[in-house]
Amino acid sequence: MKLYEYQAKELLVKNNISTPPGGVAESADQAAEIAATTGLPVAIKAQVHVGGRGKAGGIKIAKTEAEVKILAAQILAMKIKGLSVKKVLIEKALEIEKEYYLGIVVDRANRGNTLMFSTVGGVDIEEVARTRPDKIFKFEILNPKQIQNHNFQIPVGNREVHSQVSAIIEKLYDLYLKTDATLVEINPLVKTKDRQFIAADAKIIIDDSALFRHPDLALLAEAAEEDEIEAEAHRRRIAYVRLPGNIGIIGNGAGLVMTTMDEVKRAGGQPASFLDIGGGAKAELVKSCLEILTMDKNIKGIFFNVFGGITRCDEVAQGIIRATQDLNLKIPLVIRLTGTREEEGQKILAQTNLVTAATMQEGAEKIVEYISK
Amino acid sequence: MSILVNKNSKVIVQGITGREGSFHTEQMIEYGTKVVGGVTPGKGGQEHLGVKVFNNVAEAVKETKANASTIFVPARFCKAAIFEAIEAGIKTIVTITEGIPTQDMIAVCQKLKETGATMIGPNCPGITSVDEAKLGIMPGNIFKKGQIGLISRSGTLTYEVVAALTKAHLGQSTCIGIGGDPILGSTFTDLLPLFEADRETKVVIMIGEIGGSDEELAADYIATNMTKPVIAFISGRTAPRGKRMGHAGAIISGGTGTAESKIKALIQAKVPIAETTAEIPNLVVAKLALQK
Repeated sequence: MKLYEYQAKELLVKNNISTPPGGVAESADQAAEIAATTGLPVAIKAQVHVGGRGKAGGIKIAKTEAEVKILAAQILAMKIKGLSVKKVLIEKALEIEKEYYLGIVVDRANRGNTLMFSTVGGVDIEEVARTRPDKIFKFEILNPKQIQNHNFQIPVGNREVHSQVSAIIEKLYDLYLKTDATLVEINPLVKTKDRQFIAADAKIIIDDSALFRHPDLALLAEAAEEDEIEAEAHRRRIAYVRLPGNIGIIGNGAGLVMTTMDEVKRAGGQPASFLDIGGGAKAELVKSCLEILTMDKNIKGIFFNVFGGITRCDEVAQGIIRATQDLNLKIPLVIRLTGTREEEGQKILAQTNLVTAATMQEGAEKIVEYISK
Repeated sequence: MSILVNKNSKVIVQGITGREGSFHTEQMIEYGTKVVGGVTPGKGGQEHLGVKVFNNVAEAVKETKANASTIFVPARFCKAAIFEAIEAGIKTIVTITEGIPTQDMIAVCQKLKETGATMIGPNCPGITSVDEAKLGIMPGNIFKKGQIGLISRSGTLTYEVVAALTKAHLGQSTCIGIGGDPILGSTFTDLLPLFEADRETKVVIMIGEIGGSDEELAADYIATNMTKPVIAFISGRTAPRGKRMGHAGAIISGGTGTAESKIKALIQAKVPIAETTAEIPNLVVAKLALQK
């Protein structure tokens, strides 16, 4: 679960890491009120889950109260990479002397946690990582004590900077473990002209699997949901991702569903969803999943691909039939059902006029053909 | 021959009395797996599915000499269950459970490294050594004994490919679903050496997917260490960036984890890439023909 910048910063502040004075606004007037308390100039920052929002015009500096209102209204009316901006963060602009990068992340290849630091922080950090990897200091954390006792040497000569940054790393790591994060990032960590260290931007991703340990953080999830259909699917605990095409893809198992998307694309179609019914789905859940797909009016046809292991083909077939009856499903549906209780499943479908396919490839071709008619 | 588990493996099931545990233990026994006991705290002394239930793994190992475990314990208790198995001396652990916190898995992986135990999973379908032992939830009827080893990040895609192989009369030695999580007990690179050393296995199939860099690391390993042919399939070629495709591991972020990067690395390692799952049997036949 990705947190918005303002949510991430609230967590930093709770852990005694400084952020610029400011607040969140949903309207131009609110923005002006916040700016009045922080003092001018202020930075106005769109709160959206996409990278490169600054380059897309989602961050502006306002020097007067009138500018705050105009720019906040502009940004609140924006769509950045397809996502509409609902909130802006208003913050006192910093007098920057230097920008650092600081991050702690789950390192898959090492099966551990890694601390990263760079003296060339800022918007181009990914470019730095690609072209000057030596500029990024990496430290594999084998034991929490290494961080707690400052047993790491960030490449900074100045002793004061070294000790201040090390102290922030210790607090950030504490927050990382405490919240079951998979990423905490401060970029840039700004050293101001009066030698304060302030987190000018922050990114936190919380491990979804660990949310049961953090009911307070779980509450933030709903606020972070962008798409209405995705939000509804997640309320029903269905693994669904909305995609821009017109063919609904549904099946059991993430790998199989992704491969089904690939096959539909190979056949010349455009997937409109990734929907995984999971293992052992019962008829009622199958129906509920199909209902999610009907909410997307761009969908002109559905390919349902199931290889039953724990999932029983007869249950899936029952669910499909219930959905077609109760939901008045009018768009073409191609079904490929194989595996556990395949015969029973096929028998149920044979009583209807639903279209079946013997293989994933055949199914992909059929659905593409149907919707192009 | 087979890898990791065989007909002599003495298997216990942790979480044997639960709904999933019961159902799949029954299937495992039916397949011929030597299930010697089960563990459910507080239910020690009972009998379930014809085997004895113990309160903890240590007691189970002491009485049954078990050397492998399959874990169906709920996610929030899973770290403790895995630690218990490792500390009781179990050397091969299969964790089926989905949704284990990442930091719990990082702790588990450190423990595995310290003790030298092997774990498959979590969030995986398990291991099947064909006609010998099945630890996990794979449907037993799709397999046929033979010479192909399979390692996969996806469960249902494993079934899809195994069924296609069996239909083409291409049998399997051992098939392993390593799981869809970002932190795994065993990766491709951990398991390839076992197939390389297994006399029965002639060809290895790797089913990868977007996210992480395990396929790229495997490509490096194959180029320098494998003498046996490896065939690969990568799922998620058309998945958009930044969206998580069900598996916690299947996400493309930044410039890493793309299907292109994986395919490029594998091609450089001279690994043939199947464009579709349907192509895999033909590629296997071609590799087997070269060995004759």
